[in-house]
Amino acid sequence: MVPTSYYLVLSAVLFGLGVIAFISKRNILTIFMSIEVMLNAVNLAFVSFSRLLGQLQGQVFVFFVIVVAAAEAAVGLAIIILIHRNRGTLNVENVDSLKD
Amino acid sequence: MPVLSYLWIIPLLPLLGAAANGIFGGRWPKNVISAVALSSTTLAFLAAIEAVREFLSLSPGDIPWIKTYFTWITAGGFQADFALQVDQLTVIMLLVVTGVGWLIHIYSTGYMHEDPGYRRFFAYLNLFMFFMLVLILAANYLLMFVGWEGVGLSSYLLIGFFFLKQSATNAGNKAFWVNRIGDFGFLLGVLLIFRTFGTLDFAPVLSRAAAMTADPAGQIGTLTTIALLLFVGAAGKSAQLPLYVWLPDAMEGPTPVSALIHAATMVTAGVYMVVRSHAIFLNAPVAMQVVGVIGCVTALFAATIGLVQTDIKKVLAYSTVSQLGYMFLACGVGAFSAGIFHLMTHAFFKGLLFLAAGSVIHAVGGEQDMRKMGGLRKKIPVTFWTMFMATLAIAGAPGFSGFFSKDEILNEAQHVSPVLWGLGVLTAGLTAFYMFRLLFLTFFGKPQYNENKVHVHESPKSMTIPLIVLAILSVCGGWMAAPALMGGANHFKDFLAPVLSTAAEPAAAAPESSGGGEILQALIGAPVIAGLLGFLLAWWLYIKSPKTPKKLADLLSAPYKLLSGKYFIDELYMAVIVRPLVWISRNVLWHVVDEGAIDGTVNGVAFASREAGDNLRRANTGNVRSYATWIVLGVLVFTSLLLWMVD
Repeated sequence: MVPTSYYLVLSAVLFGLGVIAFISKRNILTIFMSIEVMLNAVNLAFVSFSRLLGQLQGQVFVFFVIVVAAAEAAVGLAIIILIHRNRGTLNVENVDSLKD
Repeated sequence: MPVLSYLWIIPLLPLLGAAANGIFGGRWPKNVISAVALSSTTLAFLAAIEAVREFLSLSPGDIPWIKTYFTWITAGGFQADFALQVDQLTVIMLLVVTGVGWLIHIYSTGYMHEDPGYRRFFAYLNLFMFFMLVLILAANYLLMFVGWEGVGLSSYLLIGFFFLKQSATNAGNKAFWVNRIGDFGFLLGVLLIFRTFGTLDFAPVLSRAAAMTADPAGQIGTLTTIALLLFVGAAGKSAQLPLYVWLPDAMEGPTPVSALIHAATMVTAGVYMVVRSHAIFLNAPVAMQVVGVIGCVTALFAATIGLVQTDIKKVLAYSTVSQLGYMFLACGVGAFSAGIFHLMTHAFFKGLLFLAAGSVIHAVGGEQDMRKMGGLRKKIPVTFWTMFMATLAIAGAPGFSGFFSKDEILNEAQHVSPVLWGLGVLTAGLTAFYMFRLLFLTFFGKPQYNENKVHVHESPKSMTIPLIVLAILSVCGGWMAAPALMGGANHFKDFLAPVLSTAAEPAAAAPESSGGGEILQALIGAPVIAGLLGFLLAWWLYIKSPKTPKKLADLLSAPYKLLSGKYFIDELYMAVIVRPLVWISRNVLWHVVDEGAIDGTVNGVAFASREAGDNLRRANTGNVRSYATWIVLGVLVFTSLLLWMVD
């Protein structure tokens, strides 16, 4: 049986990778995907704790997160498509017209 | 007891008149306005007479008659009711105020007829009547203070009635500010009364004050402090030294106002208040001395200024200050009933003098300088004869009202202090001099006005009838006290005795009955002789050899300048109080405190917000990745903080 700490370390590593990608990437689609990575890293942590404690709340939470992520994907992708249509680019550095 | 049970109706009537004219009077013609104003005062006068009639049939146990209508203020242990009170003192004040007020309202309908501010004038005048009635009917100090401030307000409004004239506006402001000083003292006195006695109702306060042991002579205890503070208020309202300066300037108001407010009623409120609080004063010997000396000095001081004034109303104004001094002299020597007696007769003859002066001014087309009048006796006979009666009354000619009241005061003063008596007699002589000087300059000699331009005419009936009524009162008003001269009863004093019996009036009574008539005759003789000398001097200077006053003024130029400059008191106050105050206000309060501290704080906060916003704006780069970094950093800081706190 794999100890819980392994799952948690994996979750932390995934989350860290998500954060790094979130900060460093310029393509808005990649940033979007890194958010999904972070969400799933959190899901993994939930599930691990759920199994460790023998309780179901953690798994219920995972379903909520999945639902929210699906909704977010629907809205987020729509926004990204609109940005692409209006600006012809997906580089976030160019999306700063609210600055002034 | 229809009126006594519904006492509030007496002050309410003038208030309704004021409200009706003030709110709806804009489109009413003049006769409707005067009908409203007159009917409200007439009804108030009738209600007052009915109240007095009912009062006289009360049994002594029901006096003072106090009606509590509702609780006005409750706060902790403090309670003040809207309660009205009638006793013998109130009765006299009530009749004087409503009666003289009613006559002056009638007079005003004629005097103010051509004035564009007709409606405003009557609204203010009725408002004044309301507050004055509240003042005298109040059953506690706080309600009295309401009336006290209210008459001050009406006085301010009416002094500044001709508000397009800068001098009138200034005079109104001056009256208001000087009265603030006095009112502050009065308010402190009222607060100290509450602290000492735990109530502000007259009846318990006075009986407890009478039961307390008197402050020893020469020491200032609680009662003396209260009495002195109250007297500061009285000095402000009744124009005594050093707060008298507003009253001569108050003559900027219309003449009926000078007669009603600044001679007959409002300015005597201070005397009324002192007499009302007599139990406190009698147990405060130092305060009594202060009242007596200030009153006496004011009487003399104002009379000397009155000697050389040339404006007919200014002479009467200083005369009023002087006569008020007499009233305080009476209070100071413990002769409270004599003070109220003089208050009443003074209301008659001084009201009359002002109204007659108004009639003279009316006749010569607005001129107030007596040197430009002269020879009016034949042309306006009614005014002349009524004014002559009033002059005899104020000068103390035997048989006239002023004779009885003034001599009673001086007689009582003699028992306390010969010095005060002497000064009082001197003042009586000066009074006779300046009043006959006024009369001679105005009515005798050759006309000094331009006879082709000025068409001298007698005033309309609405003005002369009040003059005649007041002239009758000026002559007969003192006869109640007449039998006292023959060693009989003084009806006026006996009538007031129940009010003043909480503490018996000192001295006076005992030596009078045993001392015999001769001393009394001698004492009465002195003021009469002084008055006669004053009359003869005035006659000699202004009728016999009219060139002498000019020579005399040149000969004694220094004292003459001092007197005609009114002792330069206004200039002194200007230099010592007003200028420094303005300087401090401008250079410290305005430029430092207001502009520096207050504006500085407000503007500083605004400046700091703007600067902070300006700088923080730079963090808003528009770069999504930098926002993301900030979020991550925030999360890291927050979680590490959380972990650190959990440990």
